[in-house]
Amino acid sequence: MHVVVCVKQVPDTTNVRINPETNTLMREGVESIVNPFDEFALEQALELKDRFGARVSVVSMGPPQAKAVLRDALARGADDAHLISSRAFGGADTLATSYTIALAVKKICGGAPDLVLFGKQAIDGDTAQVGPGVSEFLDVPLVTYVKKLEVEADASGAAASWRVVSAMDDGDHVVEGAFPAVMTVLKEAAPPRFAPLAGAMKAAREQIEVLDEKALAADPAKIGLGGSPTKVVTIFPPPVKGGGEKFDARTDAARGARAIAEFLAKKGLVK
Amino acid sequence: MADAPIIIDPKLCKGCGKCVKECGFGALKMVEAPGANKVGKIAEVDPSACRACSACVKSCPFKAITEAKREVQGTADLDSYKDIWVFAEETGGRIAEVAYELLAKGLELKAQRGGGARLAAVLLGHRLPDEAKESLIAAGADVVYVVDDPALADYEANVYVDAVSQLILKHRPEVVLAGATAVGRAFFARVAVKVRTGLTADCTMLKVEETKNKDTGVMQMLLHQTRPAFGGNIMATIMTPNHRPQMATVRPKVFKKAPPDPSRRGEVVLEALRLIAAKTRLVEVVKDPGSVDIAAHDILVSGGRGLKKAENFEMLFRLAKLLGGEVACSRAAVDAGWCPVSRQVGQTGKTVAPKLYLCFGISGAIQHLEGIRGADTIVAVNSDPNAPIFGVADFGVVGDLFEVIPALIAELES
Repeated sequence: MHVVVCVKQVPDTTNVRINPETNTLMREGVESIVNPFDEFALEQALELKDRFGARVSVVSMGPPQAKAVLRDALARGADDAHLISSRAFGGADTLATSYTIALAVKKICGGAPDLVLFGKQAIDGDTAQVGPGVSEFLDVPLVTYVKKLEVEADASGAAASWRVVSAMDDGDHVVEGAFPAVMTVLKEAAPPRFAPLAGAMKAAREQIEVLDEKALAADPAKIGLGGSPTKVVTIFPPPVKGGGEKFDARTDAARGARAIAEFLAKKGLVK
Repeated sequence: MADAPIIIDPKLCKGCGKCVKECGFGALKMVEAPGANKVGKIAEVDPSACRACSACVKSCPFKAITEAKREVQGTADLDSYKDIWVFAEETGGRIAEVAYELLAKGLELKAQRGGGARLAAVLLGHRLPDEAKESLIAAGADVVYVVDDPALADYEANVYVDAVSQLILKHRPEVVLAGATAVGRAFFARVAVKVRTGLTADCTMLKVEETKNKDTGVMQMLLHQTRPAFGGNIMATIMTPNHRPQMATVRPKVFKKAPPDPSRRGEVVLEALRLIAAKTRLVEVVKDPGSVDIAAHDILVSGGRGLKKAENFEMLFRLAKLLGGEVACSRAAVDAGWCPVSRQVGQTGKTVAPKLYLCFGISGAIQHLEGIRGADTIVAVNSDPNAPIFGVADFGVVGDLFEVIPALIAELES
């Protein structure tokens, strides 16, 4: 069994701000982290390694410094790591990204993989579109919002089929299917393990394969900015609503409570 | 006639017929080709039936079938795309509210677009009630495309993708919108890839405006898709100038639904499609009796990190009961394990638009504020006078929530 986990290095979004004068992102001092949802995907894959001896490959697309997230995955127990990186991929939207990652997955697996796992979304883009997009390029069935993954073994003990709990708006969908599959996983799927120290030391020495457009034999018209149908035209700071009335109730909570009750009554919000 | 999405190399084809069996759409047949190979037959594709599923490409033992290169620089014949579509998500005969919200926005977009564009709703399901179709017309749809098929009775991503992609390729809408629900987000992203266009997730503003295409210099009616990026710290306006349709998802409660107008007239078009077989099987849907749809409530009493522990949410439940509302929370409360994620408000939780959002111990991270932008009235209690929540609150109280809440409960009970 071969499981590919796609991970992304993201800025810690709680710290990203916009410069109101230049209208550009202020990235200085913003820490890069592994997209938190991807850690759950990796853990899920490592559990399949523990149980079925699955080979776990991790893939990331990004600048050379994204190797850090791959090293982290190797430290936790992933078998091999691949960085999709080239200037030619810059400015890729979700369509071009999906195309590029799908090429890499095919290359790493020498065909279709058994299972490709994604976190449900990246916290910087929040689109949740690349997992489904890759599933289309791979032509592999898609299951999203997986909060529980169970894999059934066949008589020989090999992974044969899966059953997942997928969190949808109308309740939890219990869904069954066969491999191959592409899944996006939620936080509930599996709490990530810590990397053992020995793993971290080994990971530091390990080779990370870098895949560029030549290695992937990518169609130049389908990658990067040129291969992206969506164009970001402008960015601007979010509109700020001015604050309303403020009441200091630090010395008299009862008066504060009364003020709220009166405000609600005035607005017709209490029965 | 359109070019076929696949190319069969007559020199490599050995006439084995394997691809014909693999094709789920009857798009391939063997034709006489004396001398081409031992059997004297080669495969031929019917471009109008081929759906580019590439099952044949994989099945061919001789690598005689390849996928044709597509127009990659953009969609051909942009001007042939005109209408504005809304995906109407349906469960058990009921249409998701967000579809009506999108139709209300769709009416605006249609007026901005002009040029005879129609507003259409796309409805997938099985044994769909007439009231559902009529309700979409009353909400503004000029046309309702209905695919009524047993394979669509339950949501199955792969079949949904197939159905909507087929409709898009057939009717060529200029704009396609869907609610950013669990269903909408998942399958729509794959539809956009299948039809090779762009998709902008979680838009909070949409308008159609005549805009100059930076690549071609041509003036076009383009959909301006604005969404929060980087966790809501930045707004970005995105366009899809060279590909069609222009696709976007919108979270529930971001746009306001308009009152239905039963006097509207519209056309219901039944579409009989040949759908692919389901790839996964839905065993059951387990509903959590404790789960609530906080977005459906007019009054929300919400708690965050300042509540300090799960038991303290009891106070909020009492308050919510007194006000006739429901309890919500911030991400911090979910991360701490005090509340289920179904009650979470914000960028990674739900977007809400209640009449009253009364919150305690929530500092107001931008991700949270993004989720309450549609609230009519925000009342906040926080011990930190500099908490960002006060920047958006209509009424703010600086104080200790453990004193203010019991006093407020007493006030409301009296």
